[in-house]
Amino acid sequence: MSWVDIGALDDIPAQGARVVRTKLGCVAVFRTADDQVFALADRCAHKGGPLSEGIVHGHKVTCPLHNWVFSLETGEAQGADSGQVPTFPAKIENGRVLLDAARLQQESAA
Amino acid sequence: MQKLVVIGAGMASGRMLEHLFEAAPGAWDVTLFNAEPRGNYNRIMLSPVLSGERSYEEIVTHDAAWYESHGVTCRFGERVVGIDRARKEVIGENGTVAYDKLVIATGSEPFMIPLPGRDLDGVIAYRDLEDTNRMIEAAAPGARAVVIGGGLLGLEAAAGMRLRGMEVTVVHLMGHLMERQLDPAAGYLLRRALVDRGIEVLCSANSKEILGENGKVRALMLDDGTELPCDLLVMAVGIRPAATLGREAGLAVGRGIQVDAQMRSSDPDVLSLGECVEFEGQLFGLVAPLYDQAKVAAATLLGEEAVFTPREVSTKLKVTGCDLFSAGDFAEGPGREDIVFRDPARGVYKRLVLEENRVIGAVLYGDVADGNWFYGLIKDGTDVSDMRETLIFGPAFQGGAPADPMAAVAALPADAEICGCNGVCKGAIVAAIQNGASTLDAIKATTKASASCGNCAGLVEQVLAVTLGDDFVAPSARPMCACTDHPHEDVRRLIKAKEIKSMPQAMQELGWKTPNGCHSCRPALNYYLIADWPLDYKDDPQSRFVNERNHANIQKDGTYSVMPRMWGGMTTPDELLAIAAAAKKYNATVKVTGGQRIDLLGIKKEDLPYIWADLNAAGMVSGHGYTKGLRTVKTCVGTDWCRFGTQDSTGLGIKLEKRLWGSWTPHKFKLAVTGCPRNCAEATCKDLGVVCVDSGYEIGVGGAAGMELKETEPLAKVATEQEVIDITVAFLQLYRESANYLDRPYKWIAKTGGLDWIRAQVVDDLENRAALIARFDISQSIYQKDPWAERATPEYQRAWAPLADLTQEAAE
Ligand code: SRM
Ligand SMILES: Cc1cc2nc3c(=O)[nH]c(=O)nc-3n(C[C@H](O)[C@H](O)[C@H](O)COP(=O)(O)OP(=O)(O)OC[C@H]3O[C@@H](n4cnc5c(N)ncnc54)[C@H](O)[C@@H]3O)c2cc1C
Ligand code: SF4
Ligand code: FES
Repeated sequence: MSWVDIGALDDIPAQGARVVRTKLGCVAVFRTADDQVFALADRCAHKGGPLSEGIVHGHKVTCPLHNWVFSLETGEAQGADSGQVPTFPAKIENGRVLLDAARLQQESAA
Repeated sequence: MQKLVVIGAGMASGRMLEHLFEAAPGAWDVTLFNAEPRGNYNRIMLSPVLSGERSYEEIVTHDAAWYESHGVTCRFGERVVGIDRARKEVIGENGTVAYDKLVIATGSEPFMIPLPGRDLDGVIAYRDLEDTNRMIEAAAPGARAVVIGGGLLGLEAAAGMRLRGMEVTVVHLMGHLMERQLDPAAGYLLRRALVDRGIEVLCSANSKEILGENGKVRALMLDDGTELPCDLLVMAVGIRPAATLGREAGLAVGRGIQVDAQMRSSDPDVLSLGECVEFEGQLFGLVAPLYDQAKVAAATLLGEEAVFTPREVSTKLKVTGCDLFSAGDFAEGPGREDIVFRDPARGVYKRLVLEENRVIGAVLYGDVADGNWFYGLIKDGTDVSDMRETLIFGPAFQGGAPADPMAAVAALPADAEICGCNGVCKGAIVAAIQNGASTLDAIKATTKASASCGNCAGLVEQVLAVTLGDDFVAPSARPMCACTDHPHEDVRRLIKAKEIKSMPQAMQELGWKTPNGCHSCRPALNYYLIADWPLDYKDDPQSRFVNERNHANIQKDGTYSVMPRMWGGMTTPDELLAIAAAAKKYNATVKVTGGQRIDLLGIKKEDLPYIWADLNAAGMVSGHGYTKGLRTVKTCVGTDWCRFGTQDSTGLGIKLEKRLWGSWTPHKFKLAVTGCPRNCAEATCKDLGVVCVDSGYEIGVGGAAGMELKETEPLAKVATEQEVIDITVAFLQLYRESANYLDRPYKWIAKTGGLDWIRAQVVDDLENRAALIARFDISQSIYQKDPWAERATPEYQRAWAPLADLTQEAAE
């Protein structure tokens, strides 16, 4: 993997998200209450809502447009809804947030 | 005799030597180096030494006589500075020693944050007896200490120094204490316990610089400029394996000295154990696995077969009176589920993490009696599917009987206290039921159980259900959401009754079942706390729906609409020019709304702070078209122009809007003031509408023209504008204080049983009206601020733009 530094953990509010522009479209990078990071495509599987603007609870996010709930870990829609949002490897190192750049490109090549 | 050299007389090596001497007395000629000027002691008991509950002598594990009887050459107070593997020699500060086998057990080094001023005298870590003594010496009455780090070590240091009479402040970077173990609500419990001990706790606090005077620490400065004066500054923010010796000697070192399952480093003659090692990528910070390593290392030295397997660990916070136990892995993860139990009355929190029907982690606070039982389940990987429902109640509720969620309540003895406020036990409630009480209200009336704070209402209902069996009729009030059993009404009441002033406190005291709520309860709780404690509660943007967080209305394509206020529907040519300019600059679609103002649609999120600045510059503020708050005040032209106008409806509408704007309400709140009964401003279908007549003003409330169509009901008829304003403010405040989140006023009025109750409070009882107005004004002193002006800053421009742009980098 080739990790690329996208910013400081502190730049993402806890229980919030920031967006990273990539060739694949926007990726939402979430920070949960227990200070873990997760990266998901910023497009809801329902009608493309920006998940980065949803309310984060536990390791889940609720889409701001019609309240579908997605697992941040698997990208899967929860409950009665079905659908999946692509997820990307993300990690924290020394207070910095890293995404897997290779993975982001490989997807675009595919 | 073979020569064994051991570097580091710590907890791991001490245990290894015991095994070695026991199995093969006299087989080894041992030289033991230790940088600390003493031999092995029980490091984990430093906290009781600090607090004065133990003395150093009591925690020594190996004394001079022991070393002598085993022929150990002690080189205490001497640091090893190098290892010459080619010559098989260890280089100490005072000379070299040859070895046949070498054991590196150097433990770890406390991590010191590289803050300016960290070299000042009085800045210490918490690792050894020197640090401990330093704290004890500093503890003169009135002396101050600051501890950076709200984890186990930091809190033990803080509690110990406090017990010795120091003024202690804990500075913690994260939003709540021990965030790895506890969810925010349980963190609140722990914090409360520490605050009760007189320790100040600052969370979400980022240290910036250590200030000194004459080379000695004077204060810690936070990044918001706050200065915390102190005579001693303790950093307890983490540890790193002390692997330098191994690295310099050319051993394989990752984060720690890499060892195999026999505790051998990459050089078979060099073993390593303790916190300085890395095994299969894993590091160690607690003693239990180190003792296993000690056993394996001794066996390896004796040429025996032994294999180290890491095991689940458990820890306790060693602060007397704060019972905290954690074991296993309690991070959330794919396929993992939480079971959370809170007993607000006793201040108890329990959390189990399950994966594939097995307990993999447990955190207990307040009542840790079942800790070892849970720890056993974790270690044994017991399948818990059969006892899932009652698992969290502990071993007392397991056994032959079939698992049933009610079983726990059924199993409670008759003298178990159910209602803490009124001291009512289960037996008394059962007796009342047998005497005919069959509802919660009847129990309240006959026994007083749940008649005070009401927290035990759920438990009382369970007793009813268990006792009545099929005759029990479940109450109808629906819980707020799946995170709690409480309906909105109870939550509102309890927030006031128990003076709950933070979200974690609410979730803990009200027994929330999830670690941090959901999209449905968090906005409601955030609103209730804002409405009830405007001066104490800090608004949580992360608990708000996107529109209220971004102060604009999100569109289906992810862009936003921006709508400035037009007071009472009035505007000026200059405002229109500014709106037109902004619309061009940001490429907006322009629409006239149904609320008498202009909407700019299709604005990109990152442009919001800029368009706001432009509109602000022309004197306009946010129209709050996106909030559960005051929306528009529609007016008609009134006496200014209209041949039928009876009063200045435009002017009154503007006055009302200027008085009420910025306030948060349970749902949106819309007004209109119309100049005569022809009602051109549609005042009779608003949350509050004023119809001007010759003799004064008719105020109606509870109208709606959305999903339901409702005509307003008359609330009052008054003679002066001032009375209209006062009654409006009082009505709005009563609505703010008592309605359920997302109930428009007409729904709220229906639930309160009609207008009479409301009229009594805001129209008839003048004193109460004045009190409502006063409370509203307090809230407005905090919240009547233009959210755009506050956010049209470089800081928000950065925060609202993408965090990074990888499209460029990828191209390179
Ligand atoms: C912009 C506007 C339509 C327009 O182009 O005129 C509008 C637009 C929206 N209305 Fe409205 N309402 C607008 C006037 C109204 C009116 C008429 C009025 O206020 O005189 C009503 C009926 C009166 C009433 O509220 O009783 C109205 C009843 C609703 C409702 C139903 C509320 C109800 O309790 O039944 C909703 C849904 C909700 O709030 O839950 C709603 C929700 C919405 C939302 C915010 C939907 C949403 O949550 O995203 C729409 C935002 C569209 C967007 O993308 O920006 N809008 N909406 C009007 C803004 C007025 C303003 O200047 O602030
Ligand atoms: C205040 C406190 C409370 C704790 N509470 C708990 C608890 O409740 N439960 C729990 O499981 N764990 C607890 N721990 C952690 C536990 O103490 C450690 O996991 C354990 O001591 C590690 O053992 P070790 O042998 O690897 O290292 P250590 O015990 O640190 O011993 C290493 C020794 O090596 C010496 N040394 C280092 N470098 C050199 C060198 N170059 N030359 C010579 N000597 C050197 C050091 O001076 C030190 O004496 C606590 C720790 C502290 C500080
Ligand atoms: S009526 Fe209101 S909510 Fe419905 S589409 Fe029109 S603007 Fe949107
Ligand atoms: S677009 Fe996300 S729920 Fe509809």
